[in-house]
Amino acid sequence: MRALSAVNLLLALGLSPLLLGIINRTKAVISGRSGRPLLQVYFDLAKLLGKGAVYSRTTTWVFKAGPIVGLAAVLAALAVLPLGGVPALVAFPGDVFVLVAFLGLARFALICGALDTGSSFEGMGASREAAFSALAEPALLLALLVFVSRTGTYSLSRMYVWPGAGDWLASGPVLILVVIALFILLLSENSRIPVDDPNTHLELTMIHEVMVLDHGGPDLAFILYAAALKLWLFSALVVGAAVPTGLGSPLLDELAMLAGMGMCAVAVGLVESTMARLRLPRVPQLLTAAGAFAALALAILGR
Amino acid sequence: MQLWLDAVFVLIMLTNLSLLAASRMRLIIRAAAIQGVLLGLLPLLFSLEGSLAANLGFSAFVLGIKGLGFPWLLTRTCRRVRITPEIEPYIGYNFSVILGIVGLLVSLWLEHRLDLPVRVSGLSVSAAFMTIFSGFLLVVSRKKAVTQVIGYLAAENGIFLFGLSLAPHGPMWLELCVLLDIFVAVFVMGIAIHNIGREFDSVDIGAVDSLKD
Repeated sequence: MRALSAVNLLLALGLSPLLLGIINRTKAVISGRSGRPLLQVYFDLAKLLGKGAVYSRTTTWVFKAGPIVGLAAVLAALAVLPLGGVPALVAFPGDVFVLVAFLGLARFALICGALDTGSSFEGMGASREAAFSALAEPALLLALLVFVSRTGTYSLSRMYVWPGAGDWLASGPVLILVVIALFILLLSENSRIPVDDPNTHLELTMIHEVMVLDHGGPDLAFILYAAALKLWLFSALVVGAAVPTGLGSPLLDELAMLAGMGMCAVAVGLVESTMARLRLPRVPQLLTAAGAFAALALAILGR
Repeated sequence: MQLWLDAVFVLIMLTNLSLLAASRMRLIIRAAAIQGVLLGLLPLLFSLEGSLAANLGFSAFVLGIKGLGFPWLLTRTCRRVRITPEIEPYIGYNFSVILGIVGLLVSLWLEHRLDLPVRVSGLSVSAAFMTIFSGFLLVVSRKKAVTQVIGYLAAENGIFLFGLSLAPHGPMWLELCVLLDIFVAVFVMGIAIHNIGREFDSVDIGAVDSLKD
């Protein structure tokens, strides 16, 4: 079991940039382009790591610390993330809050780095990121509380054993609500389309991309890699709720999970190809909807 | 069957939330129509006693009035009176949705507390109460007369659902009478709003305040 947990962590480290590749490829296929290579993010990372970094004289150590702390925090959050019914490398009661706290720390580091540049543009992006994530975080906790209420444990590894095939047959309609809530949070927290467009630069509506404008070289590589890992993390939360585990052998579970992750990336690509970005005042409504879905599920299942 | 029923009840709860979150006339009327269609499906899923033809007829009647008739009348009123498409709430949309969730919690507590004799599904009574709450919330928290009619409709939907889940076959005729009353009410309101709209500049309820002294 320990070996499998380690394998899961290595899979996350190795395959997470591929998820971004799958999203981009889905979007390309739907819009009739051949698109960039599936492994483009790996190439980008290699290229960025080979470069040097340029720092503005107005920045301090906070700016340099941002990407490193961000990546470290996401890596730490990955350590408590279970996948496919296999417990995480580190599992203890209460690690669900540790996961959310580490995600918050990563965001805090990035926001501080953005504010440290003294650019009003980046400050604006930082303010939006802070405002939206302040709404997303309670919704995420609500969605995870559904698992807590069903399993009676605060450890992610033991929580995510829960929605088995039998549970889907018994309370499927309510479980769908949880999956939808988590998926909306995935889109929001990873700055995907209805909330933020990862492809736009120099546009006044962007959120996440605006904060990383002044980062370059290895720093940008860290940010990019941390973003990919965060996408993997949220996909695992969605897939863990959507795909029942306990199919028989651990290998089968693992394969189902990986297929689920691929499907999740394709779903994100489909959403991005079919939807336009929401106006900024509408984003809080979307996040409220995610929270409402989670609260509905919690109220019904926690009776 | 239980799974389908649960799915319908969860969808009804979601339509309640979308009634509260809708910011456009078109959207709120659509949400009310979807709720009507879902209610129309229920008599079939409840597998009532009596002949299949009677159930089908009942279902078709409910579906026709709540899912097609009312929305058509409301859309027609909106178009004739040239009501602006915004809803203009007194309470913000996000806060309304949160109040809707609070309504659901209260409903779950009420259901637990009342300990009602007949349970078709665990969710039916709370879905009914939540629909009634959302309807009343719409009535008190929106400015326009048409949205108040929709709130009234939602409240009636809740009463209908409550009656259906408590005594699936007994008070069907009573329900039909109530449905007819509501039908007349919506009809009259449509005409009244039409006339108010023709006589005055707006159908904004807030304007009535100036009549106070």
